[in-house]
Amino acid sequence: MNPNAARITAPGFRPETLRATRPRETLATGLASLDAIIDGFPRGAISEIIGPESSGRTTLIHSLLAASTSNLEICAYVDTCNSFDPVSAAAAGVALSQLVWIRCGSNASHALKAADYLLHAGGFGAVVLDLCQIAPRDANRIPVSYWYRFRLALENTPTILALVEKHPLAKSCATLMLEMNRKKTTWAGAPGFELLREVELEATPRKPIRPIPASFKAKALG
Amino acid sequence: MFACIHNPGADLSAIAESFSPSFEQTAPGTIVFRIDGLSRLYGTHHQIAQAIAKKAGAGANVAIAETADAAIIAAHNFQGVSISPNLDQLDIASLPMEQEMWEVLETWGIHTLSQLAALPEAGIAERFGPAGVHLQRLARGATNRPLKIFKPEVIYEDRIQLDHPVSLLEPLLFLIARILNDQCDKLLSHAMSANEITIHLELDDKTQHIRTLRLPVPMRESKSLLKLLQMDLEAHPPQAATMALSIILKPVHPRTIQAGIFLPITPAPDKLELTLARIRAIVGEANVGIPELLNTHHPHPFRLINQQPRITSHQPPATSHAFRFFRPPITAKIDLTHHRPTHITAPGINGKILTATGPWRTSGDWWTTHQWNRDEWDITLSTSVLYRIYREPNDHWFIEGTYD
Repeated sequence: MNPNAARITAPGFRPETLRATRPRETLATGLASLDAIIDGFPRGAISEIIGPESSGRTTLIHSLLAASTSNLEICAYVDTCNSFDPVSAAAAGVALSQLVWIRCGSNASHALKAADYLLHAGGFGAVVLDLCQIAPRDANRIPVSYWYRFRLALENTPTILALVEKHPLAKSCATLMLEMNRKKTTWAGAPGFELLREVELEATPRKPIRPIPASFKAKALG
Repeated sequence: MFACIHNPGADLSAIAESFSPSFEQTAPGTIVFRIDGLSRLYGTHHQIAQAIAKKAGAGANVAIAETADAAIIAAHNFQGVSISPNLDQLDIASLPMEQEMWEVLETWGIHTLSQLAALPEAGIAERFGPAGVHLQRLARGATNRPLKIFKPEVIYEDRIQLDHPVSLLEPLLFLIARILNDQCDKLLSHAMSANEITIHLELDDKTQHIRTLRLPVPMRESKSLLKLLQMDLEAHPPQAATMALSIILKPVHPRTIQAGIFLPITPAPDKLELTLARIRAIVGEANVGIPELLNTHHPHPFRLINQQPRITSHQPPATSHAFRFFRPPITAKIDLTHHRPTHITAPGINGKILTATGPWRTSGDWWTTHQWNRDEWDITLSTSVLYRIYREPNDHWFIEGTYD
């Protein structure tokens, strides 16, 4: 190194100090066991909820939307494959009048554009991008630049962007990643006349890594 | 002092404007205004009345009185010009009263205004309430109220006739922007907003292309309105080149809300409407809105309404198992053993059914043409996925969705 070269940084300069270090705001889901582990969903960041079918991803998203709408916030649900069920969302406590529902007709490109408009409009408490039912081939074709763009749009806003999918997509752009799993299914009634009563779900934080998963029960619709 | 002109069937606003900039149009054909400042121009009250009568023309009654109401009563009951006339002997029917009250006063032997004015006020209040007291004050000439100043209705409309037909949207938008800028400035100067905007395009093929946008929130920002019109015209373009265009804005009072310092931030209504319009342009108009539950037992008891979200009272969150629909439902082939599903085969779904509960028979709307009737089952596959399946009366099986 040439000792005569001009210094462009002051001695003791650390780039990481440029970023604001104030603690990130979070929104508690109302699920005590999960909130105890992750301290709620981070605002101004991307959160990913992953897992196979019937693992409880949508149940957790409904809890997040219910918590946000009960906080008098406006939320949006970008429904890529028209799979949203308002009845079970209302049963989970989501105030439907505070929820914008966007049906994208199985077109992931439309869903990403809609989410982009919503994030740039600002003012939403939570924006859910539901990519659960798109084909893996289409999921893998989503440009990574979208996630960087979303992360930048979210910075310094109170909005939570929750991605619901089978496999991680945002990866390094996500601040929180929860892997869902169904532990137990409880049926009620005599054999041959059983009724789905409740399920026990398990959320394992993959980012940040937590060794103990959070378990919670969800009652079946009456 | 006040002057009143009464001439049924005549437009008196222009005559009143030539004497006073502010006047009250009490009824069609009746106008009242102050004459206090006119004495230096015309002279005495009699000369002022003559000047008004000259402008009002033959057939008009002109009355000058101490109060506005006395002038109105005099103009309705005295022909020609009358200056501070004596109203004592006028019939009580000349007052604006209900038939029932008139009949009661007649039975009391009260026929003239002076007789009504002489009655004790406490007794009138006890028998007729505030309306009776007001009538008695009219009869005494004791009312002193400010005039309800007449404001002509402002029409927010403009039209441009083109020399040459315009077939492209972009040059047309320049013309639309010109009209919108003027009209929005006009709205702002009158402290109004618009909740409906209509654009008429007169086309080259002698037809008209009319589009009306109903805005969920009153707006007056020309840029937002222009963008909404642009997206609407892109979605519904005219079939021929444009020869003339006109824009009409429907004025309403702007929405005023009290923002709370501790309330969470919500999207600005005009910005949200613009965002939703952009999204509608991508996914279709029928696919954006807020969900609303319907009071029915139908399997899909909800609809999507084209409305902006609004804060309402909420119910406490409760952890409830969610359901996801397959839209449209997936056709499946189900193997039955002892009338119970044991195996499922469908595109992308194949496996042995471990648990099957049902059938839960539901039906409805049999009194309409949209009758539905089905047997529902909840099943668990060997892949541990929970599905809801149903069978229609024609023995066709469908997978409705998953519990997730």
